[in-house]
Amino acid sequence: MRAPLLRLEGLTKAYPGVIANDDVSFEIGEGQMHALLGENGAGKSTLVKMIYGLVKPDKGQMTLRGEPFAPTQPSDARRKGVAMVFQHFSLFDALDVAENVALGMENPPPLRDLARRICDVSEEYGLPLDPARWVGELSAGERQRVEIVRCLLQDPKLLIMDEPTSVLTPQEVDILFLTLRKLSAEGTAILYISHKLEEIRALCDEATILRGGRKIATCDPRENSARDLAELMVGQILTPPERPARPKGDIVLEVDNLSLASNNPFGTSLKNVSLTLRKGEVLGIAGVAGNGQDELLVMLSGELLAPSAQVKLKGKPVGHLGPNGRRAQGLVAAPEERLGHAAAPDMSLTENALLSASRRKGLATQGFINWPKTETFARDIIARFDVRTPGPHILARALSGGNLQKFVIGREIELDPDVIIVNQPTWGVDAAAAATIRQALLDLAGKGAGVLVISQDLDELLEISDSFAALNEGRLTDIRPAKGLSVEDIGLMMGGAGDMHVAHEASA
Amino acid sequence: MIRLEKRKEPSKFWRIANPFLAVALTMLAGAAMFAMLGKDPVVAIRLIFFDPIFSETFGSYSRPQLLTKSAPLILIAVGLAIGFKANIWNIGAEGQYIMGALFGAGVALAFFPAPGWYIFPLMVLAGAFGGFLWAMIPAILKTRFNTNEILVSLLLVYVAERILAAMALGLMRNPDIAGFPGSRDLRRYEAAHNAELFANTGIHWGVVAALIAVIFAYVMMTRHMLGFHVKLAGQAPRAARFAGVAPARLVIVCLGISGALAGLAGMFEVSGPGGQVRIEFAAGYGFTAIIVAFLGRLNPIGIVLAGLLLGLTYIGGELGQMMLQLPGAAIQVFQGMLLFFLLALDFQTNYRMRLTRGVRT
Repeated sequence: MRAPLLRLEGLTKAYPGVIANDDVSFEIGEGQMHALLGENGAGKSTLVKMIYGLVKPDKGQMTLRGEPFAPTQPSDARRKGVAMVFQHFSLFDALDVAENVALGMENPPPLRDLARRICDVSEEYGLPLDPARWVGELSAGERQRVEIVRCLLQDPKLLIMDEPTSVLTPQEVDILFLTLRKLSAEGTAILYISHKLEEIRALCDEATILRGGRKIATCDPRENSARDLAELMVGQILTPPERPARPKGDIVLEVDNLSLASNNPFGTSLKNVSLTLRKGEVLGIAGVAGNGQDELLVMLSGELLAPSAQVKLKGKPVGHLGPNGRRAQGLVAAPEERLGHAAAPDMSLTENALLSASRRKGLATQGFINWPKTETFARDIIARFDVRTPGPHILARALSGGNLQKFVIGREIELDPDVIIVNQPTWGVDAAAAATIRQALLDLAGKGAGVLVISQDLDELLEISDSFAALNEGRLTDIRPAKGLSVEDIGLMMGGAGDMHVAHEASA
Repeated sequence: MIRLEKRKEPSKFWRIANPFLAVALTMLAGAAMFAMLGKDPVVAIRLIFFDPIFSETFGSYSRPQLLTKSAPLILIAVGLAIGFKANIWNIGAEGQYIMGALFGAGVALAFFPAPGWYIFPLMVLAGAFGGFLWAMIPAILKTRFNTNEILVSLLLVYVAERILAAMALGLMRNPDIAGFPGSRDLRRYEAAHNAELFANTGIHWGVVAALIAVIFAYVMMTRHMLGFHVKLAGQAPRAARFAGVAPARLVIVCLGISGALAGLAGMFEVSGPGGQVRIEFAAGYGFTAIIVAFLGRLNPIGIVLAGLLLGLTYIGGELGQMMLQLPGAAIQVFQGMLLFFLLALDFQTNYRMRLTRGVRT
């Protein structure tokens, strides 16, 4: 038994209308790899925010190495040896690595010394990183290294990591795990937040499971199957989505050798992208974030126009048509960014229902909006996709990420499309809701629609795809049948481990 | 120590309350200013805000003036508010107002002295077209070359003023009165005169147009896809593109509507209360309308109330000049303070102030 490093006792935090944490107690030992498991909304973030000094608990206390620990702000927590790597990076694209690291430190040394220390630390822990590079040029995996190195420079006793592998290729995940194991062996405890159960079983010695703000169990993840853990997490039995076998249909969407500059200065241009999608087919497109996923989506949705004949929908050229022109012909899309792209944060769900559905659902005649009909449509989405919200008058930004995602995907599915393009359909969505969304996409394919899913969640892609391709620096690999692909194959298609492993033309 | 906390949602209460609070604070600060000028502050404030409507002596003259002065403000502000909602900032309504007046007057002067029922409607169209055309300059420059519409539209005000002066001294000068600048008086040309529709009410065609514009804007913003797209583009530009809004088209539409309405306001003014094309024709309605739009919360109904209030300050200001020899600039100071206080107060719509003792616990 390790000596306890951090002990939480009866932590409780309530927000108006919801108890985020209810009497949560557990211990993290020195050098322990402790997993924090739970669905979205289970209270994981609130809990770590209390440990990191971003949120003050209503009740309960914490002790760090036997001393009372009540950080009032993150700098306080950092001084006492608690560091955190957030899921969303807090980095500036236009500064270099060393400058970014310095900005997050309490007392940064002069930049020259810092650059040397960054090199030392990154070498020691196997996290290759050049302190002089612009962050804007780095891949998501490299950005994460910047955050990790920044934490390591502060010599933490406890490192909190919030879903760190969602942006990594399988090979990069392996490298990260080596680093974390080394840290743990040297006595740094790690609190690892994730919902990827296999990862946790591979990495952690102990797991605390939260559900609805309460601690359900603390157990050894290696002694429980992933299925058991999932059921503890969700509180119900999970059934994987059903996939009836389907014959291959006609081609509904075709992109022919298209190269297109990104509309975003730090974006990735598409290079020689070709793909075909058939009726009833689910095409999964993998790739590490920032390799052209956004560009592929906006090019297909019509927000970024292409030469007319290089994008064909049911045989007709549509490259020159905007989003509404393509919707009219049966192509709909659901972008990754829910707030601000797929939905307007300060508008109600009714207004957001109108956003993409006005034409296909006939919600406006001569431009005049039929609000009662629109509201009914919003209610239908809410009911069919189990969106938890008091009603369609609620602002989009008041919904939790998972609920808004259900609403946005539901809206597009309800449009009864011939082709649907979705980017990260279940990102940040709890397991039950993710299953609903995947099933709905499969049902749509079963009815004969072509479904193109862009995702960074490989398990998801393997679960629902018939065929598979990967984006790597704006290039799309050849499409291969999903059956029989191993995680290693896919990792190589995605570009391997960046600078750790050269994997050009891996798919050829 | 005062700490600021961003609110999760903008406060609805302060959104409504702030315009009223701003008016109250402006009155207080204005009273202080008058006291420093050696005038009785209570009398001065009453003269500006109450006497134009309630005084026995001035009321009969001032009351009709209220609608006459407010109509152009409301007409312009309604158009500006549509653009502002979409984050398209037309600051040059004053210039579009002048061009509308020149186009309208131009039509009238071209037909002079022919009678005809069609002359006034033609002037209305010409006025709207003049303002529209002037607003298309920043619109096209923005969509083609990505210039900033705030700067371009503002600077074009000064160009319009020079054109106005050139017209008053040259092409449109009244040939019957040698030596004096200024055009013929359109009030004496029946076919072109924007006369009072009901005696002693101040209601002329401009007031009717303002009312129609308010209703039109209200319906458009609440019931029509165009209004929905305007709001969407202002709040979430990427979502707007996803919804199929072409940003360039929206720039043209918004600047076009606000330019045309400002042009109409100028045309109704020059053919009615203003009467002729003069160098000093522009009275700052185009700038004051920006205050009206904000004070009215970019809402057509709010703009009616704000327009009436600002119209009142124009009349009250004139009364103050006459009765108390208040400086003419006082009224601009008033209008400026109103916007200043409103913007300052709006801080608390989005932020919450917390008093804390030193370190947080």
